[in-house]
Amino acid sequence: MMEHTSRQYELDLQELKEEILLLGGTVEEMIDSAMRSILSRDPDLARRVIASDPKVDAAELEVDHLCLNLLALRQPAASDLRFIATALKIVTDLERIGDLAVNISERSIELNEEPPLKPYIDIPRMAQAAATMLRQALDAFVKRDPEEARAVLAADDAVDKLNVQLFRELLTYMIEEPKNVSRALRITFVAKYLERIADHATNIAQMVIFMCEGRDVRHPGVQAAAARREPG
Amino acid sequence: MPEVRIRPAVKVSAPRPAPSAASADPSMIEIEDLTLHYGTKPALKGISMSIPKNKVTAFIGPSGCGKTTLLRCLNRMNDLIDGVRIEGRIRIGGREIHDGSLDVIDLRKRVGMVFQKSNPFPKSIYDNVAYGPRILGAGSRVDLDATVERSLGAAALWDEVRDRLHESALRLSGGQQQRLCIARAIAVEPEVLLMDEPCSALDPIATARIEELMEELKARYTIVVVTHNMQQAARASDVTGFLLLGELVEFGETATIFTTPRDRRTEDYITGRFG
Repeated sequence: MMEHTSRQYELDLQELKEEILLLGGTVEEMIDSAMRSILSRDPDLARRVIASDPKVDAAELEVDHLCLNLLALRQPAASDLRFIATALKIVTDLERIGDLAVNISERSIELNEEPPLKPYIDIPRMAQAAATMLRQALDAFVKRDPEEARAVLAADDAVDKLNVQLFRELLTYMIEEPKNVSRALRITFVAKYLERIADHATNIAQMVIFMCEGRDVRHPGVQAAAARREPG
Repeated sequence: MPEVRIRPAVKVSAPRPAPSAASADPSMIEIEDLTLHYGTKPALKGISMSIPKNKVTAFIGPSGCGKTTLLRCLNRMNDLIDGVRIEGRIRIGGREIHDGSLDVIDLRKRVGMVFQKSNPFPKSIYDNVAYGPRILGAGSRVDLDATVERSLGAAALWDEVRDRLHESALRLSGGQQQRLCIARAIAVEPEVLLMDEPCSALDPIATARIEELMEELKARYTIVVVTHNMQQAARASDVTGFLLLGELVEFGETATIFTTPRDRRTEDYITGRFG
């Protein structure tokens, strides 16, 4: 794509993109560290994740500030407008992912206070799948690649299924032995957090498709109903 | 300067079917394969479009793209320029405007025009508005008074000038003069109102008033406006046509053009990527 005639506008848009990527990188690392703290039973690592949350919050504020300035000062249109609208939306998803990594770390610290319930099998697989989805969604954003974003949407079901499967398994632990309940519940929470992270990655991917194609792929049922109400 | 094309005017930007909102509305002006040359230089190349009734249609594009030329075709103002050659068809309200039997004066009564620089006659406010109706043989003084009041009211100027109708129009502010010109144009009850950069000499407040006026007037008239100001097209128009080097590159609902244009050239222009 040709560059903007206004060099400063071009630089401002570039800065916004870089801020989003920086934030994306930070929350990816937080998920990774939070999961390692669970698997290697390392509460210090969990505490470092919790300590990095203010950095994420600050980045969210910075992205919002950049977007508002661009909207107010540049009256962006077309692909620029869709890019800025996307940035404004996905920054919220990224910040929420950061919060979920903090939640995982909190459960990790609690789980470390008791002996392990069982070897982790599905949880690392879920974490891997959710992290890959986030990675792909952010790549699709950088490369403006709607096909890569669609791959993210397709991956979400697998994470949901793992979550359901894990829940059933942990339920049997809880039924067998009341002493297991607190640990099993905490692991259930972790699975839920990972499932939420995958949902946020899905939201990001949907916005990337909108950014690239101008088509809103969210809530297809609602859109079909609206189309039926307004024929032509 | 428009380039001289060697190959025949193939419609690269073939008239795309206007998007839903534009095509669903009844059309007021039908332009078909319109080509215009100034001497040997083509200024408009194979333009086809359907301008909807009771809507504001904006033409945007860089200087020299042909947008003003296209606007001036609609009331045959280009007839006055030497060496102009026009091919193609323009129907307004179903009637071909190049038809030999058509009276150009009558056409210009049906298709009023407001210019970039306000051009009130050096007469009173009242006489400016009454000018057209008088030429066309207005009725009684009472009728004329009513027409003047109605036109100034529709142009959102009545309250400001009702007590000084017989003062010179030249004493009005720039924004008031432009609204007076709109009042003068609508005094003869046109069907179409053409506006060529109507706000380029006005401050933001006067501009906002004209834009609001366009919104009100479209209930009665079909408005076509040429503007250099893309934000004005975005704010004030329902349908937008983007012209480049005499071609109609894209034509459609304004909200679509400004969020998801289909043509790369439109995208580059409205996002500020001027080659």
